[in-house]
This record gives sequence, C-alpha cells and structure tokens, in this order.
Amino acid sequence: MALQGDYLGMALTVDELDIENVAYFGYCAKHDFHLQACDSCKLLRYPPTTACPWCAALDSHWVAVEGKGAVHSYAEVHHAIQPAFKGHTPYLILLVDLDTQNGAPTPDEALRVAGNLCTPDGQLAPPEMVAKVGIGTRLRMVFSDVANGLSMPQWTIDETVAQPAPWRYPD
Amino acid sequence: MAESDIDAGTPKHLADKYAVVGVGETAFMRGNGSGRSTRALGTQAVRAAILDAGLTPADIDGMLSYSNNDSTFAPMIAGDLGIRLNFYMDVYGGGSSTEALVGIAIGVIEAGLCKTVAIFRSMNGFSQVRIGGTGARSAVPVNGDMLHNRAYGWQSAGQSFAPSFMRHMYVYGTRPEQVAMVKVIHSEHASNNPKALYKKRVTVDDVLSSRFIVKPLHLLDCCVETDNACAIIVTRANRARDLRHHPVLIRSVVGRCCKPRADMHFQHGPIERVAGYYGRDILWPNAGVGPEDIDVTGSYDAFTFTTMLQLEDYGFCKKGEGGEYVSDGTMRLGGKRPNNTSGGHLCEGYTHGIAMVIENVRQLRHDIDDSCPLGPDGKRQHTYDYREGGCRQIKDVELSANLGWAMPGTGSAMVMRRA
Repeated sequence: MALQGDYLGMALTVDELDIENVAYFGYCAKHDFHLQACDSCKLLRYPPTTACPWCAALDSHWVAVEGKGAVHSYAEVHHAIQPAFKGHTPYLILLVDLDTQNGAPTPDEALRVAGNLCTPDGQLAPPEMVAKVGIGTRLRMVFSDVANGLSMPQWTIDETVAQPAPWRYPD
Repeated sequence: MAESDIDAGTPKHLADKYAVVGVGETAFMRGNGSGRSTRALGTQAVRAAILDAGLTPADIDGMLSYSNNDSTFAPMIAGDLGIRLNFYMDVYGGGSSTEALVGIAIGVIEAGLCKTVAIFRSMNGFSQVRIGGTGARSAVPVNGDMLHNRAYGWQSAGQSFAPSFMRHMYVYGTRPEQVAMVKVIHSEHASNNPKALYKKRVTVDDVLSSRFIVKPLHLLDCCVETDNACAIIVTRANRARDLRHHPVLIRSVVGRCCKPRADMHFQHGPIERVAGYYGRDILWPNAGVGPEDIDVTGSYDAFTFTTMLQLEDYGFCKKGEGGEYVSDGTMRLGGKRPNNTSGGHLCEGYTHGIAMVIENVRQLRHDIDDSCPLGPDGKRQHTYDYREGGCRQIKDVELSANLGWAMPGTGSAMVMRRA
C-alpha cells in the first residue's frame, strides 16, 4: 500500500511498488529504526536499496539498528528554498555517523543517516538549539509523525551522554 | 612536449584527433530575463558557433544537448537552421555534461554516425526554471527516494553540497577567507570580460559580509543564475586545419566519472573527496600531460568551494591544500595558472559549464574577447595588462584543463591544446 502524508505543507508519497522504502518507513511509523542487512556479506546499508552496494547480492533482511551516533557533517540553511521550510530558518541538515558499523567496511565509511535537528518530540529545532550542534555532537534518533503510517527519522541532542565540544563554522 | 608524450606505455586515446572549431553564445541575462524562448536562444548560439567556425549549417550533421527538461530539443534547433541531422541526442543533466558530450561527439564521429557535431545548452535559468531551485522547482512533489533528502529541506545544489564543504573545513582547517578568494579572483577576471554579468571587483570582506544562504555558503559564494545559450562545434582535427581559427585540439576527456554510491555518495569514502579523485586517472594518462603542464584551468564554480575541491582532487595541489592554492594568487590572471578567466559562473553567468569550455577555446586561440584594441587583421592586440577593464588573454597559453562538476560524486573533465 502506498504511503502518503502532508509534512509542513509538502505532499510526501511512497509508491506501493517502492517496496524497500515502504518497508523502511513502515518501521519508522512504529518509531523503530530498521536497516537492510545483506544476507550474503552481512553489511548494513542506508538508504534502502534493491541490491547490496557492497557485494551486489539481492537478498537482505531488516534488522533493528540503534538510532545513536555523532554528527559527521552538516549544513545550516538560512535561506530556505522550499516553501515548507521558509518559516523554519535556520535549520540544520545533518549527516550522522551511526555508532553501528562505524568504520566498516573501511575506516572511511559509516552509515551516514540524514535528518534535521529536531526537538525530542520531532519538531524542527529552535535557533538556540541549532546554535549548539556541530560536527561531533552526540545525537539520538527521534521521529516526526507525518500521517498515520508515515513518520520520518530525525535527530535530537542526546542529553544522556557527555557532549564533546562540537566543531562549528567559525563565526 | 612532455616526456609522457613519447612514452608508449601511456594511453593516449584519440588525443589530438578531434578539435573544437567553433564557439558561440548569447548574452548572459537577468533583470527582465531574455524575453525569448530556449528555442530562440539555442538557435542563436548554435548559429553563432557555426559562423565562428567558418562553417555553414549544411556542414553540421550531428547535434547534442543537455538540460534538466528545461530546454528545447536538438531537432527543433536543427530545423530552425535548416540542418539535416545524421545523429542527435538530448541528454538529461546539468554541470559535468559539456565535457561528457564532447566525448560522445568524438565517439559517434569515430564510429561513423556523423562528421561534425554541434553541442548546445540553452536555458532561461533566471526567468523560467531557476537553476538555484527556487520558484516552481522548489515545490515539486516529494516521492520515494526523495524522502531521504528533499523532505529534510535538502534539495538545492548548495544544500546538497554543503556537508562536503563543511567537512573539508573541519578536516583540513580551510578558512572562509581563503575560499572567498575564488570569488575575488573571478570578479577580477570578469571586470575584463565585457560580456560578464557581474563586472564589479569584490573583496574578501564583501563575500564574508554577504548574507548566508546555507552555511558555509554566503550569497557571494554562489554563482549567478542567468538566461543564456552556449554552443560549441566538434569535428576531426584534419578538418579543423581548413577552418577559420587556429585549431584547438582535444587531448582527453572524462565524462560523468562518479564516486562509488552515486545514488548517495556520502555513504562511501571521505565525503570531502570529489569525483576528480577518480577522474584524474583517466584525464592525465590519456592527455599525456599532468596538472603541472597546464597553463589555464576552468574549474567549475557553481560555488567557490567547488573550484577548490576539484583543483585538489585533480592534483593541482595536495588534498587539503586547496585553501592555500585558491588564495595565493596562482589562479589570478598574471599568476602561474589562472582559473576561469571569464569570471566563471560566479560572475560571467551560469551555463552548466559550457561557457568555461568556450573561454578556454578562445584562450588557446590567443583570441580572447576582452577590451584590447582590434588590429588590422580583426584580432585583438593583447596588452597583457590585467588591470580592471583591461586584457584577459594569457600570454603564450598552450594547454588548458576544464573540470566540470555535477555534484561532489560526479564530474567531467577535458584537456585541450593549441595546435
């Protein structure tokens, strides 16, 4: 079944033939984070794909993955392009290195999961929170509920751990 | 000639067998826009390139174009000019297309499909389909795989590339004032380019005090969307010798070379690495020269950072030393290896890369279109005085490199040589 919903005024759709994304967002709707694990080489991958980018095997299974990691890099948007984000600047686009499978298959790789910086309840973060986050900040995954059956993975500051001093663009 | 030119172990696929024989463009327009269709603009640019070559429309039998479905297809332009085509193809794509299409042109001529190919890009990139992604492009439906990017407000070119730029600053200590020098130097070059849209010279302070678009990019780190069309003509080098201009030969081409995971390159390798890391192993061996031999570069400046990252990964400096390379004067007219002498996309106008090829063709002809006085032969008498409003011809330039950019994960490149 296709997934549909309205997020910040944007129409989001996942077609029913897009079975990998339907499965991925199906877990997200339950506020579970799952990724595909290759049946052949065992490596996880992100985002969902038809075949394994590491060994080209077609078969995979979904496994629960802990939504914790550190900011690998970010963009801080001050001039929004999409109407949906015009009222939310500045907002952060994050690439987060998951702790799971970090440094594999080579030291240059990690599962780098995208998302925005959000409050713990999945709302886009206010400016004072945006100003605290940079490369190295420890984050935990939260979800933005879009519609019944459709939620998006997002990130918030992990308040349960000691935070390293983040690297931020020099102001 | 370099040692590697006579080294039989060095591949040199079709080097010097093909040439760019004609170049042409419309004005670069903003304000009220071009007021014309992409068909009209494209027709003008292709016609200008044919005339520049000293050819007639009947000599053109191949045509290639690229667009983001925001342009007019080749058969329309050919029809307008009375050209009967033996081959054409309109491909999807933006930056990194020009050099790739030159490679395709060489291939199809070599395979006997046609003899002479016109390549064009025509766009109302300011007045119709904004290249920066604003307007109609910003509100397209978000489907399927786009939920992993556009749904996060991660859509425009600047937004998409910014994590690579930011990570480069973090890893290598690259400073904003170093990168801003790309804009400063290109603005100096544009001040000597009568057709550049932004001719005013700017300072590092001007760049750093302009408003943020998406950190680390200020407004002046971003290129200028324009309405325009540009065209080039590619044919065999033996044909080029009978034509109007001094031949400019193609030594090697890299076409849309990709990092692994072209679907989402951030998943593989260092994210501050760009496709040139792979492209350089095609570009230099096939050219039979190396970066140290190159006199002028055209490193794609959709943003100040893109110029820097490509120069690094194609080997013009060590990885991580790009901040120094782009700010130490090397890239300036009068410097060791000027970059984007037209002012590039940051100042002349945004063309998805083709105008940077045109600029280097004119440099290699020793016939750049600056404000130097015309001599009795109709060619400019270059002064090599690079002060504002002056010359922008590089003295005795022999070899150029164009480094085209689609995104960090995909790029094209080309080495050209004065015959």
